[in-house]
Amino acid sequence: MSRLLVCPPDFFGIEYEINPWMRLSNRVDHELAVKQWHGLMRVCEHEIGVTLERMTPMVGLPDLVFTANAGIVVGRTAVVSRFRYPERQREEAHFEGWFRDHEYEVVTPDKELYFEGAGDLLGFPDCWFGGYRQRSDIRAFPFLSERFHREIIPLELVDTRFYHLDTCFCPLSGGELLYFPPAFDYYGQIAIAERIPADLRLSVPEDEALKFACNAVCVEQHVILPSGCPTTQRLLHAKGYRTHPVPLDEFMKSGGSAKCLTLALD
Amino acid sequence: MSLQQETVLINGHIIDSLLLAKVLDIILMMGGTFDLKDVRIGKTREEPSSARIVVQAGSKTLLEDILKAIQPHGASIEREADCHIEDSPADGIFPDDFYATTHLPTQIRLHGRWVDVERIEMDLGILVDEQTSVARAIPMGAVRRGEHIVVGRDGVRVNPLQRPRKRDVFGFMESHVSAERPHGHIIADVAARMRHLRDQHRQGQTDSRVLLAGGPAIIHAGGREALAWLIEEGFVHVLFCGNALAAHDMEADLYGTSLGYGLTAGRAVPHGHEHHLRTINRIRAIGSIEQAVTAGVVKQGIMAACVRQRVSVIMAGTIRDDGPLPDVITDSIRAQTAMRAAIPGVGLALLVASTLHSIATGNLLPATVPTVCVDVNPSVPTKLADRGSFQAVGLVMDAASFLSELARLLGRPA
Repeated sequence: MSRLLVCPPDFFGIEYEINPWMRLSNRVDHELAVKQWHGLMRVCEHEIGVTLERMTPMVGLPDLVFTANAGIVVGRTAVVSRFRYPERQREEAHFEGWFRDHEYEVVTPDKELYFEGAGDLLGFPDCWFGGYRQRSDIRAFPFLSERFHREIIPLELVDTRFYHLDTCFCPLSGGELLYFPPAFDYYGQIAIAERIPADLRLSVPEDEALKFACNAVCVEQHVILPSGCPTTQRLLHAKGYRTHPVPLDEFMKSGGSAKCLTLALD
Repeated sequence: MSLQQETVLINGHIIDSLLLAKVLDIILMMGGTFDLKDVRIGKTREEPSSARIVVQAGSKTLLEDILKAIQPHGASIEREADCHIEDSPADGIFPDDFYATTHLPTQIRLHGRWVDVERIEMDLGILVDEQTSVARAIPMGAVRRGEHIVVGRDGVRVNPLQRPRKRDVFGFMESHVSAERPHGHIIADVAARMRHLRDQHRQGQTDSRVLLAGGPAIIHAGGREALAWLIEEGFVHVLFCGNALAAHDMEADLYGTSLGYGLTAGRAVPHGHEHHLRTINRIRAIGSIEQAVTAGVVKQGIMAACVRQRVSVIMAGTIRDDGPLPDVITDSIRAQTAMRAAIPGVGLALLVASTLHSIATGNLLPATVPTVCVDVNPSVPTKLADRGSFQAVGLVMDAASFLSELARLLGRPA
């Protein structure tokens, strides 16, 4: 039984601009956002059958809804994020508090070692990938690698629209990778190809990548992804996955979609 | 001519991610170079790898730009320590673990700042004045009790030579010794440098002096007139030699012989073997070479030209010397000190037809001074390179041919 950490969007909105998607002028339809979030929760709980852990939303922390950036959880250890931007640094204490309250062993990296949690660290059981340059600091990965005895391949994010690794890179349960290659440079693409054979690499077209097709949640054979990504769905169907498209465009105004709204706890 | 450099460390899964390759590519693409040191590759996939990279660039600004560009990829500047200093325990004795210099541009880190070591030369120690933040290379014998000497290797860095922009034979800064190589272009490059240095010398610019260290074979082989012409024309500013070169040069002027052989007739003349002794005796009687020239006793040749052109002449004696001539320094260490004092300001060194003086001079020269070693015996330039003077260009040819061709290229009438 999978568990995901989520946070209701009670105070979600655009209150600052820290990625190319955010525009203060682009108002969030709050009612619609709440409806879309509940739609996602319904799919998670009822169609896929995962357990949801709900955090308490906080006034003044509009992005607390994006729990993927709380940190990473490995077994009973949680590494709490160190956000690059002060706007989100205020979330750190709340995420840390939640992990402590739920009796995780909490690891807190140095303040200067920016690390934005599962937004920038994803992977397969034996090999993890770390996105850097936009948000996380590459120096966080040797620290995490040593802590968890895992190989972490750093990947430079070269397109500011794909500012977290989880916006362009989604490992699937069967060993496949859903990704948008142009978000990486030549070195990154070669490094990915070295680890994942060609028949397991599912390359998403640009128009769907820009709808955050890669910001998907994969639980066993189920993949939840933003609606409006038919080619991506076909790629997934061909590999035997069941797709669950969910409209999440109110969250896209903030540069987040299905994956950003959840954090895998185990 | 020295490169700016900084050491960076990078660690993590840097091999399979191509991160190391990316960092090295960035350095090269931005116009820098690198030296990859201490690369440690993880034995398993989980185990991280690490590398120390010495990043080099032609200017401080470029180096800073490169460091800024590779820093986001995890290449961070190695934490550096100040150098360690100990007092000399007695006159003429370095502390046990003294740092032994190379002849490459060297810096020491003093109170967090990199300071150039002045008067760098191979096989010396580094004397530090902490109050004035001045460091200079010092021979073992010259150190005084209680003076501050750098010990160990921490806080000392040796900078590689930058390839000179001038694309001549010295551009490679490495010894190639071969009798088969064509000599023409090397001599032409030497001539071009000498012409340029003479202009600079006349304008009073620094590092424009040309040093020639030579042996008596220059006289025997027939290179005397060419060298005298080069000196008279202002192409040579420092001469290192021994008793013999000066004695045979003046013997030629007084008797027309070199070690008893008639220079024009090419055969031994009766009692010719005495000529160099009589020459030495005569100069000793006069008191000095300078007085002999001024008095008009010695009129032509290398020594006469040196006196007229005010060339700094250092004559170092050996145990087989006759006489010796006045001004020959018979205490080897005093001779070495005098030669050392004449090195600053030298911009080109010609080591011609003398194993002893070539190697002694090579030992004193910083690697930044372009050097040519000319000898008919290939073992001389080879030996010079083996003893560390890697910057010397070796030319296997006879001294007279070299000097004549050099003088011809510089305008000596045929």
